[in-house]
Amino acid sequence: MELVEKELLTTIQNPMLPLTFQVRSRRQETKDTFTLEIEPVESGVEFKFLPGQFNMVYVFGVGEVPISISSDPNRWNRIAHTIRMVGVVTKAMGKLKKGDLLGIRGPFGSSWPIDRCSECDIVIVAGGIGLAPLRPAIYHILSNREKYNRVVLLYGARTPDDILYKNEIEKWRSRFDFEVYVTVDRGTTGWKGNVGVVTTLIPRAPFNPENTVAFVCGPEIMMRFTSLELLKRGVKEHNIFLSMERNMKCGIGLCGHCQFGPAFICKDGPVFSYSQIKDLIFKREI
Amino acid sequence: MEKVKFYYLAPEELNKIFDYFKARGYKIAGPTVRDNAIVYDEIKSVNDLPLGWTDEQSPGSYRLKRRDDKALFGYVVGPHSWKKFLFPPILTLWEAKRENGKFKICESGYDGEKFVFVGVRACEISAILIQDKIFGGGQYAEPNYLKRRENVFIIAVNCNDPGNNCFCLSTGTGPKVLTGYDLVLTEVISEGKHYLIVEPGTEVGAEVLMSLDFREATPDEIEEAKKISGEAINKFKKEVDLDGVVEMLQSNYENPLWEKISEKCLTCANCTMVCPTCFCNTVEDVTDLTGQSAKRIRKWDSCFTLEFSYIHGGSLRYSTMSRYRQWMIHKLSTWKNQFGMLGCVGCGRCITWCPVGIDIVENVKLFRSDVLKFKT
Repeated sequence: MELVEKELLTTIQNPMLPLTFQVRSRRQETKDTFTLEIEPVESGVEFKFLPGQFNMVYVFGVGEVPISISSDPNRWNRIAHTIRMVGVVTKAMGKLKKGDLLGIRGPFGSSWPIDRCSECDIVIVAGGIGLAPLRPAIYHILSNREKYNRVVLLYGARTPDDILYKNEIEKWRSRFDFEVYVTVDRGTTGWKGNVGVVTTLIPRAPFNPENTVAFVCGPEIMMRFTSLELLKRGVKEHNIFLSMERNMKCGIGLCGHCQFGPAFICKDGPVFSYSQIKDLIFKREI
Repeated sequence: MEKVKFYYLAPEELNKIFDYFKARGYKIAGPTVRDNAIVYDEIKSVNDLPLGWTDEQSPGSYRLKRRDDKALFGYVVGPHSWKKFLFPPILTLWEAKRENGKFKICESGYDGEKFVFVGVRACEISAILIQDKIFGGGQYAEPNYLKRRENVFIIAVNCNDPGNNCFCLSTGTGPKVLTGYDLVLTEVISEGKHYLIVEPGTEVGAEVLMSLDFREATPDEIEEAKKISGEAINKFKKEVDLDGVVEMLQSNYENPLWEKISEKCLTCANCTMVCPTCFCNTVEDVTDLTGQSAKRIRKWDSCFTLEFSYIHGGSLRYSTMSRYRQWMIHKLSTWKNQFGMLGCVGCGRCITWCPVGIDIVENVKLFRSDVLKFKT
C-alpha cells in the first residue's frame, strides 16, 4: 500500500491536551457555513500544517469535532476553519465572535501530495464544503505555479447560494493560469452557469489524463463517481487522491472510531490514494 | 542476569511478596470472588484469592464451582481483564477552568497508583503487550496508559487446566507464560503436596525473590511443576486453524455468511467490554452547572453501538451485520494491518459472556468451510 505523504508537525507534547486559540475574525460564507480565522493565545507556539490536514476543534464545555484546515499553509499561526453548522458543536462554533476562545489539537492526518506532482496537470474536484480542505492546496499550488502544468478546479455546489469563497473563486477565475469551472445541482433565477453534478464537468475539462494528479473532496458518493469518471478519462488509480470522513474522537488513532477496514482515517488518512481504498469505498457499511 | 533460579513457595508465602510491595506503596490486584464470579480487584492477602474455586464455562454460560482442593489458581479467566487498571473504563483526561474570560486546561488522569498484578495468565500478558503496542507503539502515545504501565509488577501464573472456551493454543498466546512477566508461578497440587514454583523474568523479579529468603526449589519439585504445566496443551477442547484468516476475512466483506452468523447478535457490546484487547473509547465533554469549569471524560466504547459510527446525517454501520462484521474482521484480520498481530488472544471471554452464546471460533470454522466450498 502506497503511503500518502505525512509529516509530524505538531507542537503539542501531550496530543490529548488542547491548546488555546482565539478567534481573530468570523466570516459568513453561506447561509449555514462560516469561516473562523484563529491564532494561538500563547506566544511561542508555532503552528504549521500541511494542506489537507485537520484539527480537533473544541468549544468550551460543548465538545470537540474534527475540522479540516482551510487557510494558506504558508501563513503560520493564522489558521482558518470553514465550518458548516450541522451538529451541536458546529452550531456552538457558529456563535463565536472575535476574541472568543477555542481548544485546538493538531494538525493531524495525511496531506495532499503537492510536492510529488510537479510537472503534472492538477485537477481539483470539490463538492460543497469539500472545497475547504482543498483550499490550502490551491494556495500552495498558486504560489508555486511554475512547478505545475495545467491547473483545473471543478467545483459543484447545491445552489448558487451555497457556493463557498465566492470572491476568491472569481479572482482565481480571472487568472490565465488557472481554469475554474463551477456547477450547481439546482440553478436559481439569474444563474447563468452550469447546472448538473460536478462529475458532468470531468469529460470536457482540459487536462492530459496520462500526466494528471487529481485531488477530490466532497460527499462520499460524489467522490466515488468522480473517481470512476476520472478513471474513464484515463487518470491512473494511484494519481487520484480522496479525502475521507468518519466519526473521530481522538484524531490520533487511539479511539477506534474512524476505522475504515485496516486504515484509521485520522492517522493513515484523511487523504488516501484511490488505489489504497478502492476495495472498500464501493462496499456498504464499512 | 545470572542463571535463572527456581524458588519454592508454600501457598501462604505469597503474602511475603505482597507485603514487600505494600511496604513500597503498591496495591495488590488479583482475582477474587464477587457476585458469583471471579473478578480482578484489590486484595489484601492470599486469603482473598478464590481458594478452592473453579469456573465452568461454555458459550453464554459461566458458573463457579467448588474444587476438592485449596488451589489458588484453579480456574481460568472471568469477566474482568487487567485493562481495567491500565486503561480505566472511565477516566478524566483533563479539566478546564474559565478565568477572566480565558480558559485554562489542566492535565489529569493519573494519580500515581502502583499495582502488583497477581495471577496474570499467558493470554492476558499477550493482551497487555498488544495494548502496549496500541497505546505506546505508534506515532502518538497515550501518556496515561504509559504511566500506569510503568508502575506495574506482574506475577503471572501458568495455566494447568484450560477452560472450555479457551483457545490460546490456536492463537499462539498460551497456555504457558513465556514473556512479559516479572515473576511466573506454577501451582503444584499432587499427593497431598501443595506448593508454588516461582521463576523470575526480570532483574526486579529476581531481586524480590532473593531478598525474601525463599528456599530454592529441588530438581524434583521443578520437574513436577514442568510436568504439570506441560500437560496443559493436551487438555484443550477448543481449537481453530487461524492460518490465512487475515486474508480470508478481508476478501469476504460481502459474503452472505455475515448475515447468518450475526443473526442472533443483540449488539449488547458485552464481547467488547470483556475483551482484554478491545481499546475503542469515546470522550464526553461536560461542564458544571455554572459553566465555569469543564472536563473531558474518556469512556470505553464499543463498535456494536449505533452511535459509534455516527457522522452528521446518520450512522454508517446501521445494521447488526455490519457491526458484527466490523468487530470480527478487526479482531482477526485488520488488527494485523494496524498493529502487526491479531487482536485476539484466545481467552474465550467473548464466547462465555455473549448472552446468546455467539462463538467466534465456530464462526471462523464456518467461514473456512464456506470459502473452501467456493473454491472447489
